[in-house]
Amino acid sequence: MEKNYSLPADHDLFPEGVQRCSLMKFMGWLGFVGIFALWGLYAAFRVLSNGLGETAMDDYFGFGLWITFDLAVIALGAGAFFTGLLRYILNIDPLKNIINLTVIVGFICYSGAMLILVLDIGQPIRAWFGYWHANVHSMLTEVIFCITCYCIVLIIEYIPLIFEQKQLNRIPLLRHIAHNLHVMMPLFAGIGAFLSTFHQGSLGGMYGVLFARPYVYREGFFVWPWTFFLFVISAVASGPVFTVLIATIMEKFGGKKLVSWEIKSLMGKIAGAMLFVYLIFKFADTYAWINNVLPAAGLTFDQNFYSTIYGQWLLWTELGLCGVIPCIILLTPSLRNTPSLFYTAAVLDCIGITINRYVFTVQALAMPVMPFDSWETYNPNWAEWGACALILAYGAIVLSLSYRYLPVFPQERKLNATKA
Amino acid sequence: MEAKEFKVRWVMAIDIDKCTGCGACMVACQAENNLAPVEDASFKLRVMNWLVVYELSNKQPFPDHDIAYLPRPCMQCGNPPCVSVCPVIATDKNEEGGIVSQVTPRCIGCRYCMAACPYHARYFNWFDPSWPEGMEKVLTPDVSVRPRGVVEKCTFCHHRFMQAKDKAIVEGRDPEALNDGDYVTSCAEACPNGAIVFGDVNNPDHAVYELARSQYACRLLERLHADPQVYYISRREWVRRQLDNYLENEQVKG
Ligand code: SF4
Ligand code: SF4
Repeated sequence: MEKNYSLPADHDLFPEGVQRCSLMKFMGWLGFVGIFALWGLYAAFRVLSNGLGETAMDDYFGFGLWITFDLAVIALGAGAFFTGLLRYILNIDPLKNIINLTVIVGFICYSGAMLILVLDIGQPIRAWFGYWHANVHSMLTEVIFCITCYCIVLIIEYIPLIFEQKQLNRIPLLRHIAHNLHVMMPLFAGIGAFLSTFHQGSLGGMYGVLFARPYVYREGFFVWPWTFFLFVISAVASGPVFTVLIATIMEKFGGKKLVSWEIKSLMGKIAGAMLFVYLIFKFADTYAWINNVLPAAGLTFDQNFYSTIYGQWLLWTELGLCGVIPCIILLTPSLRNTPSLFYTAAVLDCIGITINRYVFTVQALAMPVMPFDSWETYNPNWAEWGACALILAYGAIVLSLSYRYLPVFPQERKLNATKA
Repeated sequence: MEAKEFKVRWVMAIDIDKCTGCGACMVACQAENNLAPVEDASFKLRVMNWLVVYELSNKQPFPDHDIAYLPRPCMQCGNPPCVSVCPVIATDKNEEGGIVSQVTPRCIGCRYCMAACPYHARYFNWFDPSWPEGMEKVLTPDVSVRPRGVVEKCTFCHHRFMQAKDKAIVEGRDPEALNDGDYVTSCAEACPNGAIVFGDVNNPDHAVYELARSQYACRLLERLHADPQVYYISRREWVRRQLDNYLENEQVKG
């Protein structure tokens, strides 16, 4: 066959019938992202060799940016299990057009969170103690088990997609594995939904059980505090739109349509409905917290806030601007189908969940519980930002490679053919 | 949540009105328990002190201004918020006497226990410990030194408990029924004013038995139900008010 020199050098590896930028351009992009990865790798090296003294954390703020980042990406990565549940268990068929992306985003979020945790614990070499000496009463134990098991499930869900790469798929064994894994996908989707629900909940439960920290302590429902349920619902209320945002960013970068508007709108509607449910519970929870938890601890509502950095504005931004408003937009068809409003709502939704994870992590620790104690403030340093940048860069690299070489978007050919 | 019952319950009774804030207890604790000096001690939130003396103020203008000093070790809570959260059982409350243990070689350094403790009684080893040359010769042989990356805290000088029990066994006495003064913590021993008294609160022969039952005794943040094993005594109402987050309309006991 004659060689076509106008095609990128690696075009044989592309999915069937799609176009990609030149290899040089792609390498340039990877190089650009690689700068952030190198910065993060340097930070990781410093932290692992010199200890957590390299960070800005201290004895008040044992949990800092990394835990906030972890909780936020895990919540935003919830698109994976929730969309899987809807697609494979509840048979909402159109979601097949975005399910691959949700799996990849979920995989990045979870594996990234685990990488951060390796840096975040003081004794990374002892990380396996979590299984060996497990304390069944600790919510963190549940998190450790579920998060690792679920990460394995995500890898299993990712593998068939990798094996469907054009060249790999020619190898009969890999083709069969991919096919068989596809057939079993509802099973994995079910296991994933189960594991993910539990650890999303346990992450919330981790805070809710801190009965000596009135900012986050919540009453129980069965063996779990309220926060267990709030974290699950808030995650499924933001995960779907986060995936849509990622798809949209990829569209802007690549200059191609990847997911049809109907699918985006459907994901937004699902997230909006979940956000609505979440807000009902969250408002009820906030009311109960103000009127029960705080007085029982001898505290007033105002005592829980301090200056600008831990001010009440965070609460109102989280619940109002980033809660009620996106919920209204996502649930009202005319507003939802206006792209600018839709994307604004999606961004606000994701910011709201991130604020929620931030205040639970940082503000909860900043608040003085002993009456003669004082508010302390925390400002993450370069090493902590660097590690987060490493994960973002890692995510960008995985996504870029997947997009370039794997058949991630079933609609891509059709959507771009009609345009041409 | 039910607090575990123990036949012997070691407690500390600290008379706030006797404490002058001299810091002898802090120094004694530091030396006794092999706490490595921190290179930059100006960053207080990373300095290792298992026992910290807080300054309390009644916030009144002169001449009504009054201050008090409050030494704060680990409260060895009866219902410890820090224990149930630890994923690897590196901290536990099991031993007779009700001391909350901390198993350094098992701690993975997740710092969840620090988030749980409202008293800030737990400390993380941010750096590799290093002692000025020659200081290794004065380390307490019965107390292990802790590596970087683990959490540590006051143990009521647990090694002294072991020594006291060993002594009792050698002398043919019951190690589970120590006499008052057989086992005291280094801070109690070092306090020049006798503000810190240590003993078994279940044993009427021990001085703490009466002290803990005094009408002026109260515990820090009692309403959070952590059930601390440290009792503070003060005849000043404003001090007792501050210890348990009293709301303005609430009547303070004592
Ligand atoms: S004072 Fe803090 S560290 Fe000590 S037992 Fe109570 S919660 Fe645990
Ligand atoms: S830091 Fe250590 S003692 Fe504290 S919860 Fe984690 S593993 Fe347990």
